[in-house]
Amino acid sequence: MDFQLTEDQRALRKGVRELLAGRFGRDELRALADAPEEPRLDRQLWRELGEAGFFALRLPESEGGVGLGLPEAVLAFEEAGRALLPGPLVATHLAAGEIEGAATGATVVTAVDSSGLLPWLAASDVVRGDFAGAVPVRSVDPLTPLHRTPAAPPDPDPVAVLLTAAEQLGSAARSCETAVAYARERTQFGQPIGAFQAVKHLCAQLLVRTELARAAVYAAAVTAVPAEIRAAALLADEAAVRGARDCLQVHGGMGFTWEADVHLHLKRAWLRAGLGPSAGAVEEEWAAAL
Amino acid sequence: MDLTCTEEEEEFRAGLRSWLADALPQLPPRPDPTDWPGRRAYDLGWQRRLYDAGYAGLHWPVDAGGRGATPTQHLIYLEETERAGAPYVGANFVGLLHAGPTIAAEGTPEQRARWLPPILRGDEVWCQGFSEPDAGSDLASLRTRAVRDGDHYIVSGSKIWTSHAEVADWCELLVRTSPVTEDVPKHRGISWLAMPMDAPGVTVRPLRTLAGSTEFAEMFLDEVRVPVGNRVGDENDGWRVTMVTLSFERGTAFVGEVVACRRTLAALAAEARRCGRWDDPVLRRRLGRLNVEFHALWRLTQWNVSEAQRTGGVPGTGGSVFKLRYSHARQELYDTAAEVLGAGALDLDQEWVLDRLSSLSYTIAAGTSQIQQNIVAERILGLPKGR
Ligand SMILES: Cc1cc2nc3c(=O)[nH]c(=O)nc-3n(C[C@H](O)[C@H](O)[C@H](O)COP(=O)(O)OP(=O)(O)OC[C@H]3O[C@@H](n4cnc5c(N)ncnc54)[C@H](O)[C@@H]3O)c2cc1C
Repeated sequence: MDFQLTEDQRALRKGVRELLAGRFGRDELRALADAPEEPRLDRQLWRELGEAGFFALRLPESEGGVGLGLPEAVLAFEEAGRALLPGPLVATHLAAGEIEGAATGATVVTAVDSSGLLPWLAASDVVRGDFAGAVPVRSVDPLTPLHRTPAAPPDPDPVAVLLTAAEQLGSAARSCETAVAYARERTQFGQPIGAFQAVKHLCAQLLVRTELARAAVYAAAVTAVPAEIRAAALLADEAAVRGARDCLQVHGGMGFTWEADVHLHLKRAWLRAGLGPSAGAVEEEWAAAL
Repeated sequence: MDLTCTEEEEEFRAGLRSWLADALPQLPPRPDPTDWPGRRAYDLGWQRRLYDAGYAGLHWPVDAGGRGATPTQHLIYLEETERAGAPYVGANFVGLLHAGPTIAAEGTPEQRARWLPPILRGDEVWCQGFSEPDAGSDLASLRTRAVRDGDHYIVSGSKIWTSHAEVADWCELLVRTSPVTEDVPKHRGISWLAMPMDAPGVTVRPLRTLAGSTEFAEMFLDEVRVPVGNRVGDENDGWRVTMVTLSFERGTAFVGEVVACRRTLAALAAEARRCGRWDDPVLRRRLGRLNVEFHALWRLTQWNVSEAQRTGGVPGTGGSVFKLRYSHARQELYDTAAEVLGAGALDLDQEWVLDRLSSLSYTIAAGTSQIQQNIVAERILGLPKGR
């Protein structure tokens, strides 16, 4: 057993992180969040992601892909979650090799998800799933336009669940970093608030939840066992949602503003948590396995 | 200990109920949440109706223009207005629930006569200028300066997170009247002032919350002249007055909302039954648990209100116990609502979704949960003070 990232995997993660830091940093994130109109998808960035192999990562080299596996895809999606990159990333990734142009990022593919919601309808070229009668929804996440579809929603696809969990993991890790940075810098009562145990413990739990989810998500990427994927998603959802809320708490009044990024992570985490099987269903599944 | 209502109190309930049945249909349509002048007019209009009907300041002392009602009557009032779906205090929150009560408890007869009647009549809106960019939890480290110039203070500094500042006429303002020195600790040099919001030098810059609206603001004060006669309490004794304000804010200001939470919970259960989520035993038990919780919070409210009555009107540190539990329970309520709504929880147009966003502030505003826990541990339990 060697349950550690390889050199190549580290390099991949670093590459995606740098690409996103350069092309979708805080300024780009804020420009989208602060614009009064519905967010637009940056098609140029989408192509650059395609060129970098983000969508074709798991496609065999013989089909023009990168020929890597789920663990690498998970690392890439973790970075996307950390940067809060918007767009139907998972649906387009899953469509690579199946829908012309998805692998290169030339075609943007979205899909009706297992909760019956359809993200990014207007910005997408191809829609998977039955979306007849879709009606727009005033989305809680300012960075994800949504429609609701009346047809019975499809069952969650395990790979989609895993990649979404990877995004949750990245978001949780970012919330942890943001909370810790703020706890170091903000002073009250003549000391950094991170010196107070109450704040320290919030930060510590942020890390604990994130690292537990990380181990579960990475392992599920290696085994690809659906039940393990679902369990990992449960923990990743918790790490992301709870993490964003605790990060908000650490920020005090500042955390309640539009201006701070905390709420963007929380809202997206809520959205992603709604995609996979419910926590209750996963708990039942694992209870039945006892 | 007695939890029953007297015949007189039941009569009061019946009278109020029939008045509400008559008054509520006459209300104008509710303004859009982003229409601040409209919200102000609506909230003041409601307060005026209460005043005309004799229901304003029900539990305020008679010599403060109140009706000197019993705690039970006050709670009946909250129950009945909420049950009938009457408007929330809204822009009148600060005036009615903590600035007014502070002036009633600490003000001179002239100050009471000047400020309390307009609050009760629905003529004037108050806001709270306590927090500063560098003084939040550590409120006593506030730096807004007030320098004496004859019979005025010249006030300069900045405040932040001031709710309703955009529509307020008055601000309960904390200022430093004595600089901190080795001999003067930070709590000593503070004074509590009533500042007119239209005074030259006051600039309000609205801030956007994560719910997308401008519920609070930054306030810049540039040599604002405030009459010395607007000081409530002695000069440099403002911290004690502040404790009175905070005990109202934490102890009794949210009481009405417990009733609102119980109504929401009942509506949630009805919705769960309607949409089939009720069959999920985990969700059902979560709702049951919340029912237990809010019922007990109502009992705690009855206890605290009775206690405040017994001790002369100012609620004690027990308010922190209430606030800790209430803010947590209310967040849990809206998280449970999201469970009931399923995918609908991501739609801002669905009931409870905006409330869920607002509820994120409950563990921060009026003193964070961490600070409340320190208060419970240090002031109630007497544990040693941490650094
Ligand atoms: C919606 C909303 C409305 C508000 N309205 C008003 C208003 O009308 N008027 C007004 O004056 N203020 C208002 N406030 C401000 C509110 O009172 C402050 O936000 C609050 O007191 C926290 O201060 P802060 O934001 O500076 O956070 P900080 O004090 O910087 O706290 C940051 C984090 O550190 C923690 N912390 C700080 N000190 C300690 C300690 N000693 N021990 C343990 N943990 C600690 C806090 O719990 C928090 O998690 C409002 C706030 C909100 C969110």
